[in-house]
Amino acid sequence: MSKQTKGNKLTVFPYGPQHPVLPEPIQLKFVVDEEKIVDVLPNIGYVHRGIERAIELNDYRRNIYICERICGICNFMHGMAYTETIEKLTDTVVPVRASYLRTIWAELARLQSHMLWLGLFAESIGFESLFMQIWKIREIVLDLNERTGGHRIHLSTNRIGGVGKDMDANLISTYFKQLDKLQKNYDPIANLFHKDAAFKEKTQNIGILPKKIANHLGAVGPVIRGSGIPQDMRTTGYEAYGELDFKPITYDSEDVYARALVRVDETYQSMEIMRQALKQMPDGPILNKNEKFPEGTAIVRVEQPRGECFYYGIGNGTIHLERCKIRTPTMPNIPPLLHMLVGYEVADINPIVHSIDPCISCTERITYVNKEDA
Amino acid sequence: MPKLLGTIIRNLFSKPATVNYPFEASPLVEGTRGSISFNMDRCDQCQDCERVCPSAAIKVYPDDKKIEWDQFKCIYCHLCVETCMHKAITALDHVQSPDYKKSVTVFES
Ligand code: SF4
Ligand code: SF4
Repeated sequence: MSKQTKGNKLTVFPYGPQHPVLPEPIQLKFVVDEEKIVDVLPNIGYVHRGIERAIELNDYRRNIYICERICGICNFMHGMAYTETIEKLTDTVVPVRASYLRTIWAELARLQSHMLWLGLFAESIGFESLFMQIWKIREIVLDLNERTGGHRIHLSTNRIGGVGKDMDANLISTYFKQLDKLQKNYDPIANLFHKDAAFKEKTQNIGILPKKIANHLGAVGPVIRGSGIPQDMRTTGYEAYGELDFKPITYDSEDVYARALVRVDETYQSMEIMRQALKQMPDGPILNKNEKFPEGTAIVRVEQPRGECFYYGIGNGTIHLERCKIRTPTMPNIPPLLHMLVGYEVADINPIVHSIDPCISCTERITYVNKEDA
Repeated sequence: MPKLLGTIIRNLFSKPATVNYPFEASPLVEGTRGSISFNMDRCDQCQDCERVCPSAAIKVYPDDKKIEWDQFKCIYCHLCVETCMHKAITALDHVQSPDYKKSVTVFES
């Protein structure tokens, strides 16, 4: 496809929904003037799964497992956000120990997600050995997951009113030991991201997202923090975050490099939060059952590895929810992505698209049907 | 370069990080959520497991004293194991092997 404007021949080419370096089914149509990107048109809707409708049809207690399957990587946080929504609708108070356990496991999920991303990102810029090194040490986190919940990815420990599994002293000491091992193995890799000249060359000064525009377009997570705005939902103090000491990590250079470094540093931050929480965690019950049925409306915002995730639930006193609206962090990051891409070269597409950590399967909430085409 | 040489020599003589699957079994981690099995001598057909199962993989027939479990629907969450009052559901530490045909497993007393 090509079109003629003002003597310059513009070419339109599709990127995705299936592409060797893009693991997610999104299509971006690039309008290019030779090598330069002039315009980008996004197209989603390839993997719509009707999750929100399934949630309305299913019993609200069983929905935790559906929500966990919205996103494989953030599965624990989806389960947590959903249970928090139901807890708000039923006025359930979560025991303190359960809050701490949720915090620890949420950070474990963030660790594995960021490591997954760092590996994929390294691969997208052609650094394959680094990808393998990172995924090798990510196994430590996955083993901890399996040791905790019995599964490498799906912990499935969230219950309405608390958590379904406790950690004994033995497991806590394993956590400390494995975290130290992880940090020891991760140090040289983090060092490489901070210092490697080739890596800097490929990521610095591309995909610039100015602070003002990031704010205006409503970017979330590492994308907005890479533009220097300290926005982090964990600072609102849900679960045990209010009692832990941490600060949002920001970088000011507004480019792909900044967004990568935010994630590199957040892995350390997650380890630190986990250590703090493991030390401070009080003894006590882990589950608080409540006989009430969900009624009213509730809003929950949690910070996922990709940014703010938003749950909105309406209950009507029955076993079904009337409505459950979920906004996953990739959705608000798509408009900033379109802004980032314009003006750069075709060769920069991979690192820029990867820099928002797209997770399209969890983003799909709508299907767009063009009546004329159908 | 000297740094690189060290890495090269180390990698030449170190063991691979991966497991030679399927010739070697991957190591089992304690507490893995594997397959499940029903002990029908303990079961009193209360249907609690059927009620809690998020993927509707269990069907209890109280009159026939029979349970059908669909291994293809099961998501191995072990909620049924937790719920069963009579401890009639055993959690196994191995995963269900794949099958050519979709079928349900029937447990009868
Ligand atoms: S919950 Fe236990 S006792 Fe009840 S039907 Fe299921 S297996 Fe049988
Ligand atoms: S493990 Fe979970 S999905 Fe499988 S039968 Fe039990 S409750 Fe159902």
